[in-house]
Amino acid sequence: HLAASLPLPSERDHLRPRIDLVVFMIDIKSKYSLKNVETSLAYVDARFFLGKVCFLVTGVGRVNACSIEMNAVCKLGETYCSPVLFCELELEGVRAATAQRLLQMLRICAGHIPGVSALSFVSLMRSSNDD
Amino acid sequence: SVDPQKTAFLLCKAWTLYSVTPLYGFRRGRLRQYARLLGAFIAAEKQKGLAVEVGVELDIKVALSSLADLRGSELDQAALLVQLSSRSQAPSRSSEDKLVWSGWFCSMFGGDLSENVPEDFTCLPLFLTHGAETYTSLVGSWFQKTFDCSFRRLAISPLNLSWMVAMWAGCKLDRAASAVELIFSVPRLSHPLDISYAIHPEDAKALWDTVQKTPGEITQEEVDIFMDCLYAHFHRHFKIHLSAAKLVKVSTAVASAHCDGIVKILHSQYLPGVLMLLTELAISQIQ
Repeated sequence: HLAASLPLPSERDHLRPRIDLVVFMIDIKSKYSLKNVETSLAYVDARFFLGKVCFLVTGVGRVNACSIEMNAVCKLGETYCSPVLFCELELEGVRAATAQRLLQMLRICAGHIPGVSALSFVSLMRSSNDD
Repeated sequence: SVDPQKTAFLLCKAWTLYSVTPLYGFRRGRLRQYARLLGAFIAAEKQKGLAVEVGVELDIKVALSSLADLRGSELDQAALLVQLSSRSQAPSRSSEDKLVWSGWFCSMFGGDLSENVPEDFTCLPLFLTHGAETYTSLVGSWFQKTFDCSFRRLAISPLNLSWMVAMWAGCKLDRAASAVELIFSVPRLSHPLDISYAIHPEDAKALWDTVQKTPGEITQEEVDIFMDCLYAHFHRHFKIHLSAAKLVKVSTAVASAHCDGIVKILHSQYLPGVLMLLTELAISQIQ
């Protein structure tokens, strides 16, 4: 399910299936996309931040078109205890690989992989911070 | 401090920017020899038919000089100026040489780079050119061959452009200043669309003065607040989110800069400041 911003329209709440993973997309070329994500984060239930949220930064192939400060994005990931993935959608190989990663994360969040839960993402992040 | 007389020729010209890796084996005392060698190289390339100035057969004279004042600190190398002049083959001996191309290497507070570089390397990370592209590539090739360095066009990201406009809009100017202008290009449209946003320079300076907390210091946060105010103002009037468009050019009374790496410096008082910022960008592109 794709949405331009949150909150999702409440009229369709009863028709919506369970949400297992929320991916916030930030376009490195658009300051607006970062602002949009920051405001939308307020509408996400706290329970999602236990591994069911991730940030996907796109357009990273074009450093010269960068409108966003990378520190701000990494800080966002730290503040919300959620992983930050980087990709370049215009490259088919990277696009496919990123899709596979997200799919695998989704399987874990939906509980389809025995022995691994979404909480693993949170603990993975904490250990890299302690370094 | 820089002598404004000596640097007047730098102002009000559109300079194309490059980053340059350190030059190996460059000797400040051999400038005349280098000028001769470069002149011979250009003549040879013209013979091969590579320099394509069609029409008049031009004799290119090369001059290399040092601009001792144009440096930030003792750690910086003095700037190096390269000038190509043509002497037309007209019989009249009074015809003066005409400057056809100029380029200069400079380092303004580029101490970070020169500290970590072995002996025998000269650090002049910023290269600015004005004149035909054919001459730029000739000069560039000769320097690359002779000093084992490499040149790269210096692109300026929207992030860096917004730093520039915030800094320059806040500069105090005694004369009446020209408007602060930001030009955006809108992506993903069938016909390219450019939006030009002009702000009265006093309003822009007043805004920056309310945002900046410590004079002489600028933080990313302050630049963000400044830009957000401009975006919000525009959105209020036109319902367009400029933050979703690409900032491609900024123009103030101090200087103007384009994302393709083209800069025009208009005010001698702020020349060192602008060069310092550009040196920093050049160094980060090299590293």
